[in-house]
Amino acid sequence: MPDIFGIPPQALFGQLLLGLINGAFYAQLSLGLAIIFGLLNIINFTHGAQYMMGAFVAWMLLNWLGLGYWWALVAAPVVVGAFGILIERTMLRHLYKLDHLYGLLLTFGIALIVQGLFRDQFGSTGLPYRIPAELRGGTDLGFMFMPNYRGWVVVVSLVVCFGTWFVIEKTKLGSYLRAATENPALVQSFGVNVPRMVMLTYGFGVGLAAFTGVLAAPIYQVSPLMGADIIIVVFAVVVIGGMGSILGSILTGFGLGIVEGLTKVFYPEASSTVIFVVMVIVLLIKPAGLFGRAR
Amino acid sequence: MSGSPTPHAKETGMPKHQRAIVVAMVAVLLVLPHLLYPVFVMKVLCFALFACAFNLLIGYVGLLSFGHALFFGWAAYVSAHAAKIWGFPPELAILSGMACGAVLGLVVGALAIRRQGIYFSMITLALAQMAYFFALQAPFTGGEDGLQRVPRGTMFGLLDLRNDLVLYYVVAAIFLGAFLLIYRIVHSPFGQVLKAIRENEPRAVSLGYRVDQYKLAAFVMSAALAGLAGAVKSQIFQLASLSDVHWTMSGEVVLMTLVGGLGTVFGPIVGAAVIISMQNYLAELGSWVTVVQGVIFVVCVLAFRRGIVGEIAAKLKKPL
Amino acid sequence: MRNLKSMLLGAITLAGLALPAAAQVNVKIGVLSDMSSLYADLGGAGSVAAARMAVEDFNAAAKGMRVEIVSADHQNRADVGSNIARQWFDRDGVDVIVDVPNSGVALAVNGVAREKNKVFLVSGAATSALTGEQCSPNTVHWTYDTWALANGTGKAIVQQGGDTWFFLTADYAFGHQLEADTSAVVTKLGGRVVGSVRHPLNGSDFSSFLLQAQASRAKIIGVANAGGDTINTIKQAGEFGIVRRGQSLAGLLIFISDVHGLGLEAAQGLVFTDAFYWDANDGTRAFARRMAAANRGIHPTMVHAGVYASVTHYLKAVEANKSAADGKATVDRMKALPTDDALFGKGTVRVDGRKIHDMYLYEVKKPSESKGAWDYYKLRATIPAAEAFRPLAEGKCPIAGS
Repeated sequence: MPDIFGIPPQALFGQLLLGLINGAFYAQLSLGLAIIFGLLNIINFTHGAQYMMGAFVAWMLLNWLGLGYWWALVAAPVVVGAFGILIERTMLRHLYKLDHLYGLLLTFGIALIVQGLFRDQFGSTGLPYRIPAELRGGTDLGFMFMPNYRGWVVVVSLVVCFGTWFVIEKTKLGSYLRAATENPALVQSFGVNVPRMVMLTYGFGVGLAAFTGVLAAPIYQVSPLMGADIIIVVFAVVVIGGMGSILGSILTGFGLGIVEGLTKVFYPEASSTVIFVVMVIVLLIKPAGLFGRAR
Repeated sequence: MSGSPTPHAKETGMPKHQRAIVVAMVAVLLVLPHLLYPVFVMKVLCFALFACAFNLLIGYVGLLSFGHALFFGWAAYVSAHAAKIWGFPPELAILSGMACGAVLGLVVGALAIRRQGIYFSMITLALAQMAYFFALQAPFTGGEDGLQRVPRGTMFGLLDLRNDLVLYYVVAAIFLGAFLLIYRIVHSPFGQVLKAIRENEPRAVSLGYRVDQYKLAAFVMSAALAGLAGAVKSQIFQLASLSDVHWTMSGEVVLMTLVGGLGTVFGPIVGAAVIISMQNYLAELGSWVTVVQGVIFVVCVLAFRRGIVGEIAAKLKKPL
Repeated sequence: MRNLKSMLLGAITLAGLALPAAAQVNVKIGVLSDMSSLYADLGGAGSVAAARMAVEDFNAAAKGMRVEIVSADHQNRADVGSNIARQWFDRDGVDVIVDVPNSGVALAVNGVAREKNKVFLVSGAATSALTGEQCSPNTVHWTYDTWALANGTGKAIVQQGGDTWFFLTADYAFGHQLEADTSAVVTKLGGRVVGSVRHPLNGSDFSSFLLQAQASRAKIIGVANAGGDTINTIKQAGEFGIVRRGQSLAGLLIFISDVHGLGLEAAQGLVFTDAFYWDANDGTRAFARRMAAANRGIHPTMVHAGVYASVTHYLKAVEANKSAADGKATVDRMKALPTDDALFGKGTVRVDGRKIHDMYLYEVKKPSESKGAWDYYKLRATIPAAEAFRPLAEGKCPIAGS
């Protein structure tokens, strides 16, 4: 086969696959952000910190209680989700009727507190977390060596993302959710407990961030700052996909992972900037994002 | 922009209590360098000016720019470069920084004002991120080491800025001039149109105003003044660095304005003073800095949503 | 706020409170470090503890000196660092600033210290520009620099047959400098650089770059980045089986805190240059015990050791000069006096401000070889002081010419 821009096609396949894997993280994080924005009208800037907390809870479970990766996958989202619910009950619910800015500022403040406390407790270098024994090693795909764990990450996040999409778009529970987004008062009058639904939705979105954190722990260093920069990228993903659009955030997450992956081959220096170039272009052509509805 | 020099308070038709505050502010500015460390006060003034410029946009036009670090940081680079490499005197170095802010403002504004709300913010953020990337790649910015050891020089061939006190009074004069200029802009017929656009854009359109041109003009002014602040900062600290272009700097100016009070005349100044003092004095708390900062933001949002000055103004029932 | 500050100052006032004012030499040391972010573990609170220990061990009170220590967080921002430095020098009577990890901030402080004729003792910053084109008569660069790391690691690996290199470089000045310095050594010794890739700072995923490094078929992958980036690169290299498939990693800027964060499982076999290892002799072990007790169990990095040793030598110079007021005079004295301390042994401070001592090439132990936490390094080679640092003439330091 001929080279594509000087890169052998096998190498390019490898890079596309890696991009897809990174996209899985973006997709899951932006999905949580999009759900929270859709129902609560809050731009959850604590999302990165909650992702980090998920990874740390996994580490604590292993090192303090001896509970391994599979326990963490279940327990970390519950623990961090409960923390999220606490925040929603005590602080966020006072802000629903206000401008986005206040929610953003509040959650940004919480993120600073959480990151500061973790840094003080665990240091800035971070802590190691091993890949679970069942998923160690890798497979030679011919064009690249594929660690089994990365394959697992893609599969799991595809299941989680499209499962969530299915629940929201195709089930009765989801229809309540969507209706409450449009007109909470009306849904309330039908006997649905809207505040509780909002609370649980926030808990779910936060839990999703924590779940992603557990998935990330064996690949990236478990460090207090691991979520500090990712939030701005994830937020960009949500905007490009169309604010509040569930499917949009999932597809854009995977798509931008691939775009970023290709940039890492052709112009690596720009790989953290390319996402913003895409955002400008998209917003200038499609003002409400790729999958958003114009209002 | 009205090209007139620093306007007198009387001409602007400032209400009495505001005029009293301005006079008090001038008095405080005169004494302050003898009480506090002048370089610290200059830093506060720089950021106060930056926040005032930002407030011009969010407070009076209702446009939240999340990329103002672009104008601030690039103006700092340009004026540092002008002073260090081209050997410009300080007044020209500062002016070239300000001009850089205005030109960038024109480009970014022309793209961004076509979108509204959060999308406007995101375009400004994205463009600022791209500008950050250029700052990192361009050889003349010195990467993360920044442009260091920028000479302070002699202003108008008279004022030796190497003396901290002389520099302080120059900075204070620039700050006051810009502050009154912003006040003038906001309270001019032009400013009234801006407020009309903020309150009800379709109505402003139906009244025959070319809304986009007004928005763009306001954006350019805000960018130019942000550039002025950045240029002055590079003269004070004798350096221009990447952190001035980074998105956290854009976030910081939002915080200053919010903490002080959106859309108030004096709020951004108070907000800048609070945040910069925090950075300065909490620096000794070590790792607790971020925690304390976080707590302050949370408390502000939950308890003082209108910002410090906004809350006081509401109590007194007077615009501040 | 000022009350809080004076309380803090009071709380860390160390010695000589009851001494008579006559003939007393006052010294105020400012430890400026990253207390809350990226470099907080390799510098941060540990650097403050190290400075405090140096003052205690110097026994300043008995020598008629009153030494105070203040500290602050530069937040990795040149403007914040430069503001604190100015305020310390102008208002708070600080005589010397110590540590300053982050080259950008260090260069800013370097300028301020020179302008105010105070002293700057660099331990945490890497850039060799501090003793090169931007060298200053008021600065001593103590622990290490990019040239020393690149030279030590590059030379040793090429001599052992690692003659083809691919660089994975942080797209920042320090990354470029590490890459350039190492490339120079590699090609000079007959090796070849087959390619490089530059990644943005704080990128969490390095698999794409590692794949490119793999495709290059270079024997050695030079990791020219720092902190979290290095840790993630090494961790993911293990995941993708880079080392198992025959390539080796060379860390160009690695601290023991990084190795601790990675764990031996991921870090084993890594070869790199360091200026200090706590388990080298009785003196270093005693220092490590005290440091660990003072700093959350963290064993000292070379940065901490550098802070201790540079403060010690500085105090000796002040004692000899009987004053700390003239920064240049103190640094001149530091250059005139030979250095001798428990951590770095005997050495000298060169005319360009470069502290000269041995450097060491270490390899990270296998988990089976390690006796427990912090037992991480085995010594591969000692790089003698004469070869460890950039020759004076190559630095183009203006003050060294005369």
